[in-house]
Amino acid sequence: MTPIRVSIIAAIAAIVLLAVIFELIRSRRLQERYAMLWLFSGIIILVLAVWRGALSKLADVVGIAYPPSALFVLVSFFILLLLLHYSTVISRLSDQNRILAQKLALLESRLRREELESSGD
Amino acid sequence: MTTSKQGDQGDPVVGLRRIALVPAHNEEATVASVVAEIKGFDPDFDVLVIDDGSTDRTAETAEDAGAHVVRLPYNLGIGGAVQTGIQYARDRDFDLAVQVDGDAQHPPKEIPKLLAPIIDGSADLVIGSRFLGTGDYEPPVSRLVGIKLLARLVSLIVRQRVTDTTSGFRAMNRRAIQLFAADYPHDYPEVEATVLVFRHRLRMIEVPVQMRMRTSGSSSIRFHRSAYYMLKVVLALFVGLFRRYPTPQEEP
Repeated sequence: MTPIRVSIIAAIAAIVLLAVIFELIRSRRLQERYAMLWLFSGIIILVLAVWRGALSKLADVVGIAYPPSALFVLVSFFILLLLLHYSTVISRLSDQNRILAQKLALLESRLRREELESSGD
Repeated sequence: MTTSKQGDQGDPVVGLRRIALVPAHNEEATVASVVAEIKGFDPDFDVLVIDDGSTDRTAETAEDAGAHVVRLPYNLGIGGAVQTGIQYARDRDFDLAVQVDGDAQHPPKEIPKLLAPIIDGSADLVIGSRFLGTGDYEPPVSRLVGIKLLARLVSLIVRQRVTDTTSGFRAMNRRAIQLFAADYPHDYPEVEATVLVFRHRLRMIEVPVQMRMRTSGSSSIRFHRSAYYMLKVVLALFVGLFRRYPTPQEEP
């Protein structure tokens, strides 16, 4: 069983995290689509803090002797997931960026050509 | 389509709108001569220089030499630059496009060899190979090993003998222009494009060409670098095998 003080502090931290995420979404600094994973991790932390036997049970189920290790495993996995998610976001952004650069260059060359043609008349 | 104003001679090239795509990144020393050489070889060639975010006077030099210039706002790399040129060719309704490097290693007098299979309709993409026939291109051993291995691998995938997977001297017809304008690989464009073409059931052939040694800059790919390159290309190819490709519509 997690000590009660740790549980309280963890619960407060989770609630603060959720509040910050909520505020970021509300003020449109964070799009909902990217907030999903964050909200999910905040909720998981909250659940683990409030449901005090959960971590020990979870550690027991997967065969980890020391419950805090299970927490680290869980947290690392979430961080990996978030990073992977960001890699896909970056890939998409750079793709869109390239397409914009190409369109811009082609438009610019067309504009230039038309200007040259109309000034030639 | 408003493309074929029929030529009066028997020459089938006449009446085909053709464009030379010259990707150039900081090639002010050579780009003008490349443009002039292509124009001198065939004045009916439109020459488009794709300035891939150069910091020197590549674009101005090319324009002064009589080329059209598309200026990319920042460096996209060879794949993105070539695709921009191909999109230009598609938008302006060209019948065939030849890709010629801005560093003058591709002699324009070899262009007819690339065009022949396109004109007689036997291929959609023609690649100029340094390793077919009587080439005098002799790369260092480490590169040669990589080149041969890659050629073997690509040959296996496309079930056709391929000898030069990294040649940027190539010609394409309308079908290939349409395909590449919409979808062109960016990391290892030449290698991956070969596989892309195969997956879309376009016809690709290689023809022997001569290439010149680079006059400016040197390829300094050392063994560990090329080993790393190989690894990345193989990974890209492997993943590419698991992509789904649309079956192309038959040309009417």
